[in-house]
Amino acid sequence: MTVRLVRSIMGLAITSAVLAVILYRLNSPLAAVFELSVCSGLISVIFITTVSFTQRISKERFFIRRRERFLKFLYLPIIIMAAGFLLVRCLQIPQFGLPAPAQVADVRLALWGLRHLDLLGQVVILIAGVFGVVVFFKEPDQ
Amino acid sequence: MVSLFILAPFILLLALNLPFKFINAKAAFWLSAVLFLIQILLPLLDPWLPLGNHSAAFGHFFKFTLCLDSLALIMLFTIGIVVFISLLVARGTITTSKRYFNFINLLLVSLTGMNAAVLSADIFSLYVFVEITAVAVFVLMAIEKNRFAIEGTFKYLVLSMIASIFILSSIAFFILAAGEVSFAGIHSAFLAGTNIILLNFAAGLFLCGIFIKCGVVPFHGWVPDAYSEAQSAVSVLLAGIITKITGVYVLMRLFISVFIVKSSFQDLIMLIGIISIVFAALAAFRQDNIKRLLAYSSISQVGYIVLAIGCATPLAVLGAILHFFNHAVSKSLLFVNAASLEKKFGSSDISIITGLGNQLPVTGVTSLAGLFSVAGIPPFIGFWSKLIIIIALFNAQRFVYGGIALLISVLTLAYFLYMQRNVFLIKAASVAGDSPEPFFGLKFCEILLAAIIVGAGLGLPFILKSGFLQLNGFLH
Repeated sequence: MTVRLVRSIMGLAITSAVLAVILYRLNSPLAAVFELSVCSGLISVIFITTVSFTQRISKERFFIRRRERFLKFLYLPIIIMAAGFLLVRCLQIPQFGLPAPAQVADVRLALWGLRHLDLLGQVVILIAGVFGVVVFFKEPDQ
Repeated sequence: MVSLFILAPFILLLALNLPFKFINAKAAFWLSAVLFLIQILLPLLDPWLPLGNHSAAFGHFFKFTLCLDSLALIMLFTIGIVVFISLLVARGTITTSKRYFNFINLLLVSLTGMNAAVLSADIFSLYVFVEITAVAVFVLMAIEKNRFAIEGTFKYLVLSMIASIFILSSIAFFILAAGEVSFAGIHSAFLAGTNIILLNFAAGLFLCGIFIKCGVVPFHGWVPDAYSEAQSAVSVLLAGIITKITGVYVLMRLFISVFIVKSSFQDLIMLIGIISIVFAALAAFRQDNIKRLLAYSSISQVGYIVLAIGCATPLAVLGAILHFFNHAVSKSLLFVNAASLEKKFGSSDISIITGLGNQLPVTGVTSLAGLFSVAGIPPFIGFWSKLIIIIALFNAQRFVYGGIALLISVLTLAYFLYMQRNVFLIKAASVAGDSPEPFFGLKFCEILLAAIIVGAGLGLPFILKSGFLQLNGFLH
């Protein structure tokens, strides 16, 4: 595994942590805890497993792929912005009489006071990730 | 007591990785085997496991509540049987002790995940533990690191991620509409009927994710590759219990404890079930590899369970649970048979091993028991489960669904008999040698699973009458 891949995994974990902080600032500590639970632990482990299947490609191929990818997604931001604009301006989004979600005063309470079973899940998923790394990177190939 | 179903495998997992010299693959095997046997026996001991909510508290720091009901009890029993069989099969088929040690560790991770998923009382914890099981299985599937296994794993991983997106989005909508994630809370929100559009939308999203995990048509793309290319012990685990718990059990739990579904929803689910039954049975005819044939058969049989859940009468739910058990045990048996053939002849392609199977008499006879049970022939357990499902469909005035389910049972028997005839019944011109069957553990697994299929089939009326595993609770 190259240094860049390690950086990208760390980047993913940090992004999810930042998102959790934003959710907390938006007064949704329960959602913040869910974001931390799912992304920091689970997605990172899956990502490590996924990148372990990748293969090195040549520099020329890398540049060709990068160009292809860029051309493929060139119009994507414009389409997303246009779709968002149309959705907001043209469509009548139904208003639901939603109850106020059960608010938890503090993210610490949500994490350490309410979701103990999920904490155990976090630990188990990290162990699964460790075994993934051991199986894919430390065991010799057949 | 109930919390031990989660904590015991977790503690054993930690203990196996302590830096002591005496902890090796052999010690790990025996300790895990004892744990799995306890898991099989505990659900049978009624007074030890009273049904209801169970709180576990370890000081002020670690507290959680688990829910044990009749459905969870049967699931725990079935999980115990399949992981025990998988452990034994791995002993005969994984060659290096280091890899076997890693296999046991990952098996314990998946056991922790499955037990916790079965016992959890809220939809988010259920999702977390389903994902833990899936992550352990991703690694297990690619444990041999051959190209095809990795390809199968990759397909499963990508589709599983898509399923996760659906499920997570649906949980967000449940929080929005019901204000909480507990089964009871969401059920109350369905009963109250406020925000019903949003609740139905969330339920629809959740079902999309679960259908991918179940591997029903049209979300079945990953199943044949995953089942056929994985290591034999992992195939047993995957086909026997993993897809059942991460997909089918979740569907059952939602329908029994959480959702209140409209008839249009029921029709959609039954339609998906019947399409799976028909399509996968037809596709099974075209397969030349035993494991791929079994994979398509699994999709078809899961279709029966989905069909019964969609029917949603108490009798249909009992049929679904019995068929879940029947399929877990019978399909494990058929995959153990495939492992025996692969171990002895180095292939599971029907064209390569045609006529060679008669060198393995135990495998041949037990294979017959497994295929008869899956096809629904008396006196095996599969006969009762299919009979109950079909009677429930006719009772609910679903005559077309019932008729198709009955017809496809005959088709199931036909493709299995084709396999049985080619592999075990005809004699090859040249015989590869008169060596004995490959590994005693595999033979033991075959006999044990066949005995369960026959025993449960012959004793089902007694089982339902006596309240064994609280099964009779589903009739009321």
